[in-house]
Amino acid sequence: MSVLQRDPGEQVQVLSEDGRVREGSDLPDLSDEEFVEMYRYMKLARHFDQRAVSLQRQGRMGTYPPLSGQEGAQIASAFALDDEDWLFPSYREHGAALVRGLSLKRTLLYWMGHEAGNAIPEEANIFTVSVPIATQVCHATGAAWASKLQGEEEAFICYFGDGATSEGDFHEGCNFAGVFDTPNVFFCNNNQWAISVPRGRQTASETLAQKAEAYGFEGVQVDGMDPLAVYEVTKRAVEKAKEPEEGELRPTLIEAVQYRFGAHTTADDPSVYREEDEVEKWKAKDPIPRMETFLLENGYLDTEGVESIEESVKEEVAEAIDEAESVSRPEPEEIFKHVYEGMPERLREQAAEFEALRETYGDEAFLEGH
Amino acid sequence: MSQMETRGETQNLTLVQAVRDGLRDEMREDERVLVMGEDVGKNGGVFRATEGLYDEFGGDRVIDTPLAESGIVGTAIGMAAYGMRPVAEMQFMGFIYPAFDQIVSHAARLRTRSRGRFTCPLVVRAPYGGGIRAPEHHSESTEAFFSHYPGLKVVIPSTPYDTKGLLISAIRDPDPVIFLEPKLIYRAFRGEVPDEPYEVPIGEAAVRREGEDVSVFTYGAMTRPTLEAAERLEGEVSVEVVDLRTVSPLDEGTILESFEKTGRAAVVHEAPKTGGLAGEITATIQEEALLYQEAPVKRITGFDTPFPLYALEDYYLPEATRVVEGIREVAEF
Repeated sequence: MSVLQRDPGEQVQVLSEDGRVREGSDLPDLSDEEFVEMYRYMKLARHFDQRAVSLQRQGRMGTYPPLSGQEGAQIASAFALDDEDWLFPSYREHGAALVRGLSLKRTLLYWMGHEAGNAIPEEANIFTVSVPIATQVCHATGAAWASKLQGEEEAFICYFGDGATSEGDFHEGCNFAGVFDTPNVFFCNNNQWAISVPRGRQTASETLAQKAEAYGFEGVQVDGMDPLAVYEVTKRAVEKAKEPEEGELRPTLIEAVQYRFGAHTTADDPSVYREEDEVEKWKAKDPIPRMETFLLENGYLDTEGVESIEESVKEEVAEAIDEAESVSRPEPEEIFKHVYEGMPERLREQAAEFEALRETYGDEAFLEGH
Repeated sequence: MSQMETRGETQNLTLVQAVRDGLRDEMREDERVLVMGEDVGKNGGVFRATEGLYDEFGGDRVIDTPLAESGIVGTAIGMAAYGMRPVAEMQFMGFIYPAFDQIVSHAARLRTRSRGRFTCPLVVRAPYGGGIRAPEHHSESTEAFFSHYPGLKVVIPSTPYDTKGLLISAIRDPDPVIFLEPKLIYRAFRGEVPDEPYEVPIGEAAVRREGEDVSVFTYGAMTRPTLEAAERLEGEVSVEVVDLRTVSPLDEGTILESFEKTGRAAVVHEAPKTGGLAGEITATIQEEALLYQEAPVKRITGFDTPFPLYALEDYYLPEATRVVEGIREVAEF
């Protein structure tokens, strides 16, 4: 029986909180190198996140949404995708996007307010960041539907938080996916809080996974801070999206139960609405030490390996920050570009008028007082 | 500044504090008034506009809702029709669009559709506009969407005094009001605000500075760079600055009175040019005061582009230099 066919309230786990393989659990089918690589990405995402928050505090970056605590869910689920699959992120999936080929530099540029940060390389199957809540659920369903109509075999994973399940667009996207049997994996990062509003104020449902029942497909709850369990569940969901069994619908709703250790964004102060001992309780489930213990105790990695990963991760992030910060302030003409395929006359006039003024007065006049 | 006459005790408040003061006074005054939205309760709103209200009035009147704009406005319409006076907060105007259908298709038409049997005394509040280094979708200025729609009123204050008085008027108004708060000036300065509840009438503009040569019509956060531009032009061009305060319905009387005096006009807003309020004001002048007109009306606005990411937002927003240049063009025509 598939790991997806279970009571949505029964949480899938492979690793215990102290990083040991639970009795009766099978290890996912990954090579030694892949286990280590998954860990490396988690460390990279954590260090990146900590540096990004610090950059914002130093005034070197704008508002930033931290992900610490969610590395297990993000990295492991992205690892479960095949090359051809697509990823539809919210605004917090820097880790998952990294696995799928979006550079740290590009993520930094986006949050540093550069239009260039919106550009996604041709070879990365990642949709644009969605800042409004749950709207991307509908985009992912539409894209998956189109790919199915064109006879392709790709899966579409879509990330959103627990708050998103309250939105109409979540329901509408899932409902369409069920009706049209689209190859979707709806991945809910249930991090317990939608800014200050707790999970219990989003819904009276016992679990978020059980909502899938309303749309006619499977919902499964997984320990989102257990990377091996997340990988296993997502892998099965991706496989089912492409090759469902007789009578089985393609979509799956995964509820990855986890916690964001930090604020919703750097503009938020969680001490207003949540207790510190709650944070400490969840830190005991931190996916990174859990994965590290697993790797060390089973001989995939030694302490030297851990240290060398730590060094390389620091270098990689430092390099990305240097690169992003060396990009000069974009020219104002960037405002006018890519609005339409061809620039309408009126926009051309506005751009020309502004450029003429800029030439006459210089940038200092325009930026005065800012 | 005729609206600045105050009696009794006052406090020196920021604009966002004046929002809270107005809400609190009206909640004390009328127990049908309630506040609802995402993070408005315990967290006191992401801009702290509802700070302290939860403690004073409790969770039944300061309601943290699920994250669902359409649901917030949709349920608020039902509450309003059934005798409550809800004030629904949209966390940012850039997130109002899931609720757009509820606002235009239902709130605005409830009275018409029921031939007066039901009304919708609803206020939808939203921080709006750019200039605070916010992420994508947090800086939009799309008041024209709502100004365009019959059945709604659209109010945009620019001072703490007006904010409290206009908000109280909006809550007491028997029809739905879209109340847009320019977040760039939420904390930019303070002003005297009376402790007692008071009304600033919806639909009345304020002449912020008198002048003879050119009338400049503006509102919200752009009132400040416009006043600055008028000062810079002192001695060269005598500029009259009119703060509209309500963009729907427009105060045509004050607009035309000012224009007939100067014969020349500019309009300043941060919203995109196409379909913006400046076009409406220009057309109003053309229709009503053509024979007074000495020069074409100049629109000094945001561009017809999505609001840029923050590295370029200062270029996008009209600032004093663009306003000065625009006014000169009108004066010298």
